[in-house]
Amino acid sequence: MIILHLKKTLDAMDGKMELDVSMHIKENSLTTIFGESGAGKTSILRMISGLMDPDSGRIEVNGKTWYNSAAGTNLRIQNRKIGYVFQDYALFPNMTVKENLSYALKKRQDPRIVSEILDIIELENLKNRKSGTLSGGQKQRVSLARALVGSPEILLLDEPLSALDEGIRSKLQDYILRVHEKFKLTTILVSHDLPEIFKLSDQIFLLKNGIIERSGSPSEVFLSNNISGKYRFTGTIIEKTKNDVVHVIGVLVGNNLIKVIATDEEGDSLNIGDKVMVVSKAFNPLIIKLNDQNK
Amino acid sequence: MVEWSPIILSFKLAGITTLLLLLVAIPLSYWLSYTRSYFKPVIETLVSMPLVLPPTVIGFYLLIAFSPANWFGEFLDETFNLQLVFSFEGLIIASILYSLPFMVHPIQSGFNSIPVSYSEASFVMGKTRMTTLFKVLIPNIRFSILTGVVLTFAHTIGEFGVVLMIGGNIPDETRVASIAIYDEVESLNYRTANIYSIILFSITFIILLTVYVTNGRYMKRIWK
Repeated sequence: MIILHLKKTLDAMDGKMELDVSMHIKENSLTTIFGESGAGKTSILRMISGLMDPDSGRIEVNGKTWYNSAAGTNLRIQNRKIGYVFQDYALFPNMTVKENLSYALKKRQDPRIVSEILDIIELENLKNRKSGTLSGGQKQRVSLARALVGSPEILLLDEPLSALDEGIRSKLQDYILRVHEKFKLTTILVSHDLPEIFKLSDQIFLLKNGIIERSGSPSEVFLSNNISGKYRFTGTIIEKTKNDVVHVIGVLVGNNLIKVIATDEEGDSLNIGDKVMVVSKAFNPLIIKLNDQNK
Repeated sequence: MVEWSPIILSFKLAGITTLLLLLVAIPLSYWLSYTRSYFKPVIETLVSMPLVLPPTVIGFYLLIAFSPANWFGEFLDETFNLQLVFSFEGLIIASILYSLPFMVHPIQSGFNSIPVSYSEASFVMGKTRMTTLFKVLIPNIRFSILTGVVLTFAHTIGEFGVVLMIGGNIPDETRVASIAIYDEVESLNYRTANIYSIILFSITFIILLTVYVTNGRYMKRIWK
């Protein structure tokens, strides 16, 4: 169990912002902190890892106190068992993939874990490449692999997939799920990609202006606003065309483009790149079997 | 007959200065890159002063400071038996101060160019500041360090004003090549002056050309 009570005044885009959060995170869960940019998501990860000190509060991890402002406890960054995947990967360009991983070994740790992780994340054939020569998706895998080497108690992922395209993203989500289960990790993910959150997380904290607005399972948090849809998908708007009287909005759901008619008013409020939910309320959807097994 | 000792002395001075300055500049640049101290602008200004001050000003103050007639010079003389005026040791100290910006600026800008996340990633992996500095930061700014080393070396070879002020013209002690050239010209030995000059010209040309070729972007930034 991870218990977080964090208070901190942050410099936000429009002046100061008070971050004030309390979170209880179950062991071996995959928890997502969701929110707009500037809501304080990354700051929470930085405080857990010790890269930033809260103004006051408490961080307790599996019964051990890492930080307690009242008692003056503040465990050094180096002694907190954290795996951290940075937004910019932070791979060391002077080292090869394997050297990057070996660097993360703790004193007297069995170095065989490096080969084991290279194998799980399928990096064996890249292990002698310098990290600067890798593609974005490969760098992200190395960064994930490196974060696992020190056998962390908590894995922190700071928008790890935001810079990658859809295909690679979905593959990497599978890697994250795989290592999360294999190493029995407690993982905290920062993300603002809804499909990703639905796919990965057990628990969500919705952060707005430094305060947790809602928390719970993905469907509790995002689908509870009284929509009793017959079916619903989350997707991204990729095109918007205006006809004589209506807008036609193209929404990408997974790999399918769905065209939806919208009124002028709705059309004006939606922009390309917006995350939306496509819901059908009035009509019963058709169901068509894909394999006709009863012939 | 051409004396080789001024050329050798110039290179000895440049070599020792570069080595010692590297040891001083790495911690200083590291501090300047990461500190949030209020003193940072003051220290940065002091480091950059030799770029704009006439060398004679630095030489003049060092001459006063090192003079055994003053408390600092007297203290050095009595405590360490060290005379820094008109001596090779004095030249080394003067050269270190005079070439400080040429070593500190490239290294500091190297540290600044490294994303903060490299150090943070290293700390999170349980590594100390020292390990991070030697294993992650320094290897990734090796071109900046090389630039600093080459510039300092070349700049020290080219010193004249500072050396003249606190070193004088003592053969095998402070009579470096640049001083020897001036001296030969004054005695109308143009041939010897010419030989020294050609040697200095060729060597500094080759050194700087190497830097431009290997690492051109940086030089443009400093000497703009």
